[in-house]
Amino acid sequence: MAWLGPQEWDAVALSLKVSFWATTLSMPLAVLTAYALARGRFRGKSLLNGIVHLPLILPPVVTGYLLLAVFNPTTPIGKTLDAFGLTLAFRWTGAALAAAVMGFPLMVRAVRLSIEAVDPKLEQAAATLGASRFWVFATITLPLIVPGILTGAILGFAKAMGEFGATITFVANIPGRTQTLPSAIYGFLQIPGGESGAFRLVIISITIAMGALLLSEWLARRVAAKIGAKHD
Amino acid sequence: MIDLTLAHQLQGFALDIEINAPPGVTVLFGRSGAGKTSVISAVAGLLTPRYGRIKVAGQTLLDTDAGVNLPSHQRRIGYIFQDNRLFPHLTVEQNLTYGQRFTPKSRKPADFDDVVDLLGLAALLKRSPHQLSGGEKQRVAIGRAILSAPDLVLADEPLAALDDAHKAEILPYFEQLRDILSVPMLYVTHSVAEVARMATTVAVIDQGRCLRCGPTADILTDPAALPTGVRAAGAVLYAKVQAHHQDGLTELDAGGIALFLPGHEQAIGKRIRVRIAAHDVILSRERPDGLSALNIFPGTITQIRRGDGPGAMVTLQTKAGTLLARVTRRSADAMNLQVGGNCHAIVKTVSVAREDVGGASASPPDPVTSCKL
Repeated sequence: MAWLGPQEWDAVALSLKVSFWATTLSMPLAVLTAYALARGRFRGKSLLNGIVHLPLILPPVVTGYLLLAVFNPTTPIGKTLDAFGLTLAFRWTGAALAAAVMGFPLMVRAVRLSIEAVDPKLEQAAATLGASRFWVFATITLPLIVPGILTGAILGFAKAMGEFGATITFVANIPGRTQTLPSAIYGFLQIPGGESGAFRLVIISITIAMGALLLSEWLARRVAAKIGAKHD
Repeated sequence: MIDLTLAHQLQGFALDIEINAPPGVTVLFGRSGAGKTSVISAVAGLLTPRYGRIKVAGQTLLDTDAGVNLPSHQRRIGYIFQDNRLFPHLTVEQNLTYGQRFTPKSRKPADFDDVVDLLGLAALLKRSPHQLSGGEKQRVAIGRAILSAPDLVLADEPLAALDDAHKAEILPYFEQLRDILSVPMLYVTHSVAEVARMATTVAVIDQGRCLRCGPTADILTDPAALPTGVRAAGAVLYAKVQAHHQDGLTELDAGGIALFLPGHEQAIGKRIRVRIAAHDVILSRERPDGLSALNIFPGTITQIRRGDGPGAMVTLQTKAGTLLARVTRRSADAMNLQVGGNCHAIVKTVSVAREDVGGASASPPDPVTSCKL
């Protein structure tokens, strides 16, 4: 990749790192939330649903600003995290948090749809065979929603790779530290003659997005074949 | 073995039922939508009734007054669903052993190899459920329920989703299970043939109530008790296979009377049940001569019921057991049939339907049963 400068290379690597961690760490919570929304009956369900979807409808700048307001090192939360060595504001970890928050609704939606497609009768059958609620989830529901989890992961990953507004508001655009792929493209476009750099990053963006999409399709097809479901 | 009292509001009618069933197979018999499935859903813990008490083998599963309501997974039941509900992501073998990991060590489940042999599943173990036929799937579902070491087996119309050929394939497995299993079974059906072949005890369910409850032969010979109408009326005879003849007939011994059926595969000496539909029986005052029908049962008339229509139902006590004959009122009058009079019942061999003949449990049951009317 000789045609990429060190700063551009940094941006690509950082984006991949941020997106990977954002998706991986938020997935368990997304599955749990999706399960609660799909199968749970509790007070405040529509409130939870609203909060989950908030980042989808709020301007990303607002989400970024709220993150900054809550997690900057002068707030109690920020101080506590600081004490544990986890500083978020103006760090790549903050970029990962922003990406996770922005991708979360997409992941929850994909997983929730696949949970709703699981026949509750199968879960009942498992219960009559002695499986407690936890084991029903672990041995029946979870394996059957793997395609949905993969779809959710790819959506979350794509969203994280593309996330710009909340990220730049929360962690700024510091080359080598918080400059993700979109921030770098934006940065190139702010300087005269930066178009060629921006173009190279755009090509990389498209390649990664397509690659991830094809990979997830392939995985989903394999899983679907294994569980005997039709995959269109 | 099973004591249940339930009250619940269903769509359109109220479920209000009390059944005390003896060991063996208790068939809940009734039309679709009579509330049968709701009863076993409540036993399985998939439906919580407004009021209810359910006790199986001495253990209380539900007592709404005392606030006891065991969750499904602690009830130790083996539920065979109408729509098999095999887990699509597991192999046949993994489906069969699914319940075993949740079986307490203290309980001894049925032997895996025995069940696989009994149900003929050995060749299917590595397959995926979507590669199986309907009948094969249902056999796996039966095995899965048995292998979870249940205290009670529930079967909800287990044959209803199958075509006739597959029904004929599965029913013998249920008969064998009934004879081998030491746990009681609640079996839901709307088919009188399944009742005749499977039931130790029949509970007739209609509009959420138990209309009649009692030994199979008693219920099936009472047309008033049958929810599916007079065409379902018939008698159940317990007989022993005596010989297989070269001309394709099987000879049975029913209380000392020879009964000829179209060839049946049961081994000589085996006990089987035969349902004789009332509309297949002809009556004659004299012992008929020069008649094509092979089966003639002399007997005494114990009851004549005249309905509103043109028919009359004649109950006959014979050495083979109680027989039921549906004749026209005109014939009954012309023949001057009287209670206490002698009469011959004639049954054509070929009119005994294949689905009405099956393996019997060791002896005609003598259950102690009650149900609230």
